Amino acid sequence: MVSKTRSSYVPWSQERAVAIFERHRTERGALMPILHELQDVFGHIDPRAVDLVAEELNLSKAEVYGVVTFYKDFRSEPPGTSVIRVCRGEACQSMGAERLARHAREHLAVDFGGTTSDGAVTLEQVFCLGNCALSPAVLVDGRLKGRVDEAGFDELVAASRTEAR
Amino acid sequence: MGPVVVFVPLDAAARSVGADDVAIAIVREAAVRQRDIRLVRNGSRGMFWLEPLVEVSTPEGRVAYGPVEAGNVGELLDAGMLDGAPHRLCLGKTEEIPQLRRQTRFTFARVGINDPLSVADYEATGGLAGLRRALGMTPQEIVTAVTDSGLRGRGGAGFPAGIKWQTVLNMPSGLKFIACNADEGDSGTFADRMLMEGDPFLLVEGMAIAGLAVGANEGYIYIRSEYPDAVATLSAAVDIAYLNGWVGPSVLGTDRSFDLHLRVGAGSYICGEETAMLESLEGRRGMIRAKPPLPAIAGLLGKPTVVNNVLTLATVPPILAKGAEAFRELGVGRSRGTQVFQLAGNIKHGGIVETAFGVTLGELVEEYGGGTASGRPVRAVQVGGPLGAYLPTSRFDLPMDYEAFAAAGAMVGHGGIVVFDETVDMSHQARFAMEFCAEESCGKCTPCRVGAVRGVEVIDRIIAGVDREANLELLEDLCETMVDGSLCAMGGLTPLPVRSALKHFPEDFEQVKAVPL
Ligand SMILES: Cc1cc2nc3c(=O)[nH]c(=O)nc-3n(C[C@H](O)[C@H](O)[C@H](O)COP(=O)(O)O)c2cc1C
Ligand code: SF4
Ligand code: FES
Repeated sequence: MVSKTRSSYVPWSQERAVAIFERHRTERGALMPILHELQDVFGHIDPRAVDLVAEELNLSKAEVYGVVTFYKDFRSEPPGTSVIRVCRGEACQSMGAERLARHAREHLAVDFGGTTSDGAVTLEQVFCLGNCALSPAVLVDGRLKGRVDEAGFDELVAASRTEAR
Repeated sequence: MGPVVVFVPLDAAARSVGADDVAIAIVREAAVRQRDIRLVRNGSRGMFWLEPLVEVSTPEGRVAYGPVEAGNVGELLDAGMLDGAPHRLCLGKTEEIPQLRRQTRFTFARVGINDPLSVADYEATGGLAGLRRALGMTPQEIVTAVTDSGLRGRGGAGFPAGIKWQTVLNMPSGLKFIACNADEGDSGTFADRMLMEGDPFLLVEGMAIAGLAVGANEGYIYIRSEYPDAVATLSAAVDIAYLNGWVGPSVLGTDRSFDLHLRVGAGSYICGEETAMLESLEGRRGMIRAKPPLPAIAGLLGKPTVVNNVLTLATVPPILAKGAEAFRELGVGRSRGTQVFQLAGNIKHGGIVETAFGVTLGELVEEYGGGTASGRPVRAVQVGGPLGAYLPTSRFDLPMDYEAFAAAGAMVGHGGIVVFDETVDMSHQARFAMEFCAEESCGKCTPCRVGAVRGVEVIDRIIAGVDREANLELLEDLCETMVDGSLCAMGGLTPLPVRSALKHFPEDFEQVKAVPL
């Protein structure tokens, strides 16, 4: 459903995608659960997945793309090995999140939504992780972190990079 | 003597500051000392400045230690923590910690006490009493009890829950739905998350009761993807509820059925608005629907649907179990019962305060919250999420009450209070409100979609000192247009934080500064 930790994504497989589709096809509003699982398995929403879903659910490709692009969670490109999401909500701002957000971009030399050149980290912004009494908050591969300052952020990045090896 | 029961929260916020490492250390150090323990991963008590908060069961009650670091555990055990012995981290009996003792835990009665997924714990602490009672009542009797309790929606708008349920009950029988709004997108709020992680069966029970009340056999919980721990706990809870026959084809062995499904959002604030949520549940983009029709008349798939917030639904079982009066007698004016306030941001004692409506903003921030975390004076608080007003400390006398807040040009919303110290620049906060609206707008109407982008530009010019007077006027016009011309509260309320910042903190818009990145 939601990737809890760093996932090992599999390369595109029509068979696998059809199996995902079959599992959800009778659900109401099946498109969202299908897209979530496609992304969990393959790491992003492949154009071939869009074709498949459009055909099977009797939607136009434009409609499916419309949904994929509306929701910030869905990616059209595979992410880095780790996904780090920095909270920029007001509670975190009150504890220095804007400084942290700036630092994160400088430290990783990417903008929000970007992936480092070594493919290790995708950096994203998020507005509230529900950890607003322990701000600033960061989500690293689905694991919540609290009271993250600049040094703490660098440690999280270093740990992700080590884990990736 | 049986094993000593030790509690270490599994709540995501507690884990975010090391609760897992503490739990591992306790198991290891107890083994080294040949002490027999039973580790329970409970929800959080909601006192986050004390997390990770470890509790130990003693004959006198639970004794708390915190904030505990994994590195302290050996020393704590040597000091006799497993027997509730004193230590510099010992907080005494948990129930007597001042910030907790003063609370009235009605909805959150079980959060932090139990293993959230233990069926035995749930039933032993009054779980299912509400559902059992509901099964012996007519639908109208259930709805009347909810109406009589005075319960209002906890998602933000404060609409009376009973009236909404009555509307759905009055619709001809047929396909109807219960849709739980677990999107909790507001910054400064985490009560829904804590409940779903700390007492998920309560939400399941509340949804089953709602189904019985209005004649709906199907329920959906729409939970945000930003809450992976809550998704995992809640989905386990739903599975367990099915296995135990609490939901499914025969609710508690009766001829009533109720099916419950979980749906995960995908990173969109606007999908917290109920009609956008319904669109998303149907597998479409989260575009706002025009109202009327209300979801109670034509909601999910065009069918009558109760849309309620997590806390609204979770408050129903104790209302039925204890009686509407037990809830109604708490509170002030038309704001009945308790509210689960959330103290967030730059606050010394951040976390949950469940107490009756009527407590003042100042009591929450200063007495429960202990002022700022930084130790500097409080300058502003934002109440009610990103669409809520910024208030100065001179308004700390305001009682937490829907009507009193509305009269002061503010809103209670989902009960989140974000505290800022004197280093805050309110022109930046006003700019952010517009930036957030531009980022999260569904794009359906121009005043919101275009107005918010223009709003950022205009505030940037004000901050840079370009034609300040003219641009302030322009900003006021923009706000006016957004309020008047927006289809939903996203565009309609974004001017609230902007205007309140201007009104209460005009000095922050007067000096020339660098525009934030
Ligand atoms: C932009 C916007 C975002 C909202 N986000 C949420 C949310 O995250 N959770 C929620 O329960 N209600 C949210 N609401 C309120 C819902 O539209 C709706 O009023 C609520 O779910 C009804 O349930 P209640 O009566 O139990 O509060 C939001 C409203 C707006 C306009
Ligand atoms: S006000 Fe904004 S979010 Fe609401 S319908 Fe209009 S464009 Fe969409
Ligand atoms: S605002 Fe950052 S966790 Fe809520």
